[in-house]
Amino acid sequence: MPAVPFEYHAPDTLEEAVALLAKHADGAKALAGGQSLVPLLTLRLARPDVVVDLNHLEALRAVRREGDNVVIGALVRHRALERGEGPLRDCPILQEAAALIGNVRVRTLGTIGGSLAHADPAAELPAVVRALDGTVVARGPQGERSVAASEFFVGALTTALRPGEVIVRIRLPVLGPRVGYAVEEFSRRAGDFAVIAAVAVVEVRPTGEIVRARVALAGAGSTPARLPGVEAALAGERPDARTFRRAAEGAAGEIEPEGDAHASGAYRRHLARVLTSRALARAAAVASRRTA
Amino acid sequence: MTEHLITFTLNGRQREVRVPAHRTLLEVLRDDAGALEVKEGCGEGVCGTCTVLLDGEPVSACLVLAPHAAGRRITTLRGLGEGDAWHPLQEAFATAGAVQCGFCTPGMILTAYAFLKEHPTPSREDIRHAIAGNLCRCTGYAKIIDAIMRVAAERAAGG
Repeated sequence: MPAVPFEYHAPDTLEEAVALLAKHADGAKALAGGQSLVPLLTLRLARPDVVVDLNHLEALRAVRREGDNVVIGALVRHRALERGEGPLRDCPILQEAAALIGNVRVRTLGTIGGSLAHADPAAELPAVVRALDGTVVARGPQGERSVAASEFFVGALTTALRPGEVIVRIRLPVLGPRVGYAVEEFSRRAGDFAVIAAVAVVEVRPTGEIVRARVALAGAGSTPARLPGVEAALAGERPDARTFRRAAEGAAGEIEPEGDAHASGAYRRHLARVLTSRALARAAAVASRRTA
Repeated sequence: MTEHLITFTLNGRQREVRVPAHRTLLEVLRDDAGALEVKEGCGEGVCGTCTVLLDGEPVSACLVLAPHAAGRRITTLRGLGEGDAWHPLQEAFATAGAVQCGFCTPGMILTAYAFLKEHPTPSREDIRHAIAGNLCRCTGYAKIIDAIMRVAAERAAGG
């Protein structure tokens, strides 16, 4: 079905883009890669009066290293994350997570900013940004502000972005030596959104004990969920399979997943345990290899 | 409704169309440019039938708004072979029996083409992953994988 006609703007500056979005507020939609928005338009689930195309904003494609962070422009495509070139190599979990997104066509056009702004509860990148305690930088009529990942995801398809605001870049920590990472997910078919995805980041001491473990789940609730209980249970422990299995048992108690056509709440809890354990074990193994 | 003048290259030839922004590249290619080798399947980016190459990278034509084609290089199945000669992937699909009803074939071959450019010596498993986003309801995929493997092997042998 063709989309309902809309007024289309493709501004060349961020100022114009923000002004247009602020002026039309709820009647406007920002367009990045379009891999979520265009199907909503053609299914007529979204009927904006105005579409503000961000693709001419070259500044939003930049990637740079800033101290211990990698700063990623909102328009950086999933394929670029997957290929992991340049400074993106310093945050290699993005390669693994991006490779799991949709199909290759979605990854050609889909963007990191678009994925975060769309905030699908089952999407991989929001869970990665949440696991890494990343920061989302948004630009609005009042200027720029930084929003911590813990504050950014408010509900299903709902973020802390205010009317007229767009994501301009995302700040993620560099994953240094002895920091390992893994993304484990289960989906019904290749390329589907995850039923549950577990993102684990584990830092180990030279002597082998766990300094810190971070875990975030996608698909377990309306927003990506951190698992503070599981994380606390692992600090100072030896990274062996039994420790991870035992800690991951706690995952089911930290979430309240709802059932839907893809999986029951009970099955999601089961997946949360299994995938958390697998992701932690693999992340720890990666950490012990990353010694340089 | 404002119309936008869009110029792009379709299989090496410059094209110019005047379209409203809410039209998709799929509609532009089929209805305005007459590129009927681009098939519409699900219309929501899932099935891969309408795959085309945008500056060499596979996209769902149904999920690209017309203005995004401006200034870009678009390749459809007809753009792969040399003149009237088939591309080796087309030959291999026909020979291997990888074409039954044929509806998924243009998208499948374009996906395989882009994949082989980046991964010249794939395993069967690599190919399974590469075409996971392209649905075929006839072949059961085995012969499609055979065909893609055959082209990779011929190239590796210098063919």
